[in-house]
Parts: sequence; C-alpha cells; structure tokens
Amino acid sequence: MTQPPNTYEELSCQELVELVTDYLEGALPGELHERFDEHIAHCSGCQGYLAQMRATIRATGTLTPESLSPDAESALLEAFRGWRRSPD
Amino acid sequence: MQSEAQLVAALRAGDQEAFRKLIEMYHAMLVRVARMYVSNQATAEDVAAETWLAVLEGIDRFEGRSSLKTWLFRILTNRAKTRGIREGRSLPFSALEPDEPAVDADRFHGADHNWPGHWAAAPAGFPEERLLAAETRDVIERTIAALPPTQRAVISLRDVEGWSAEEVCNALTLTETNQRVLLHRARSAVRAALEQYLEES
Repeated sequence: MTQPPNTYEELSCQELVELVTDYLEGALPGELHERFDEHIAHCSGCQGYLAQMRATIRATGTLTPESLSPDAESALLEAFRGWRRSPD
Repeated sequence: MQSEAQLVAALRAGDQEAFRKLIEMYHAMLVRVARMYVSNQATAEDVAAETWLAVLEGIDRFEGRSSLKTWLFRILTNRAKTRGIREGRSLPFSALEPDEPAVDADRFHGADHNWPGHWAAAPAGFPEERLLAAETRDVIERTIAALPPTQRAVISLRDVEGWSAEEVCNALTLTETNQRVLLHRARSAVRAALEQYLEES
C-alpha cells in the first residue's frame, strides 16, 4: 500500500521548538498549527519538550513576586505626604 | 480587596493606605520595567518614583478609560524612554538581541543524518516532585535575574505576575510579535536551565 502524499512539508524538531511559544499563545496560523499538531502526535521527543515547557511555565508561576523594599516604601510614603500637603 | 475605582477614589481623597497598597502592588515591577530603558538600577528607581508623583498629580484627570495598571505603566514607560534617550540608549525593541536558538543545535541530528533537525537526545518530562522544590525555584529565579532586562520584564509580568499578553503589550507599548519573541527567549532560557539542573543532580 502506498502512503498518501504529504500535502505539506513536515516540520523538524529543531523548527518545532522555535514555534512552541506561538503555539501555546494560540498565535500560529491555521496551517502551521496543524503541522505542529501533526508532528507532536508522532514524536515523543517533542512531546517531552512541550511537557517541559508547560512545566517551566507552571514552576515560574509559583515564584513570589518581587516585593517592595522597606527603604523604597518609606521614601515613597514621605513623597506622598509631601504631595498631600501641597497647596493646590 | 478594594476595587480599582475604590482605590482611585481613596487616593483622590489623600488616603495614605490606598497609596501604600498601590506601591506594594506595583512599585517593584515598575522598577523592573524601567530598567528595560535606562542603563542602571538607580535611574530605574528614580523613574519609578517620579512616576508615582505624576500619578498623584494626574489622579484627578484619570477617567478610567484604561485600567489604572495600564495607565500607571504607560506613564512609566514614557518617562523611562525619555530618560533612556537622554542617556543616549537606543530603544530596546528597535534592536532585538540576535537570535539565540531555543535549544542548542547539538541536541539535533545534523544535515548528514537521515533525519536532519530531529532530536539526537530527546527531552523527557521533568520530575514533578522536584519541580516545585525550593532549590529548583532558586534556579528559575537566578536564570530570570540574569536575562537581558527586556526579557526579564516580560517573563516576570506574564509568568510570575500572571498578566495577559494584551496587558503586557499595552503597558509596555510592545507589538504582539515582539512580546511573544521576548517571552519565547525568556521561557526557553528558563527551560534549558531547569533541564540542565534536573539532569545534573
């Protein structure tokens, strides 16, 4: 049995890794999105890569946002009181 | 949790607690974003402090057509850009840093192989229990801290603070494409660092 001819060129893994963010952001044009899905369905290496990327985003999301230093806070509050005292 | 409209009303009335709440929420991020445009940390802090004064002076004119957050970061980026230009710096997005591949080329088969561009050493998933360990988070934090300021700001807003792509584009006056390019480079760098760390140890 002969394989149906490919209607489009296959993506390589090296090309796919550069498209991962656009894929996750829903920004890949339709045809490219299909090629991405097609590739990932058959490639365990790229499935592993996509899983790593999702895990990376999840882990980054658990970081504590940077906080305000006490020095900066007191300087800003001082400026605030100065503004409140201003005549206008 | 106060609504934005309540915070704005309280600020207009001169309520210090409302101001404290806002600086706790946004000041550190303002400094980080300012650092995209100016050459050093002290100047970035300066620009952020000026931004708060501009906010206080302009709060009576704030009409709520954009969110307070967007308005605040717009004021900041305008000021930081002006300051950066005065310092003789070119705008960070007119010259995106040269393309670094997301994954080292030596992870893939070369052109002489049957499957060029396919994995030579395929990645496996990360072990979930180690992913959220304190040490792993340190690795992520250190990697983000070492990124160029533009990438650092975008990944912090998107993935640490949880802003939407649209909010980041609006606040930093970035095109959607540039926002994604910066996010892609930043996330790729963090992934690579995590992979290396989790494999080594």
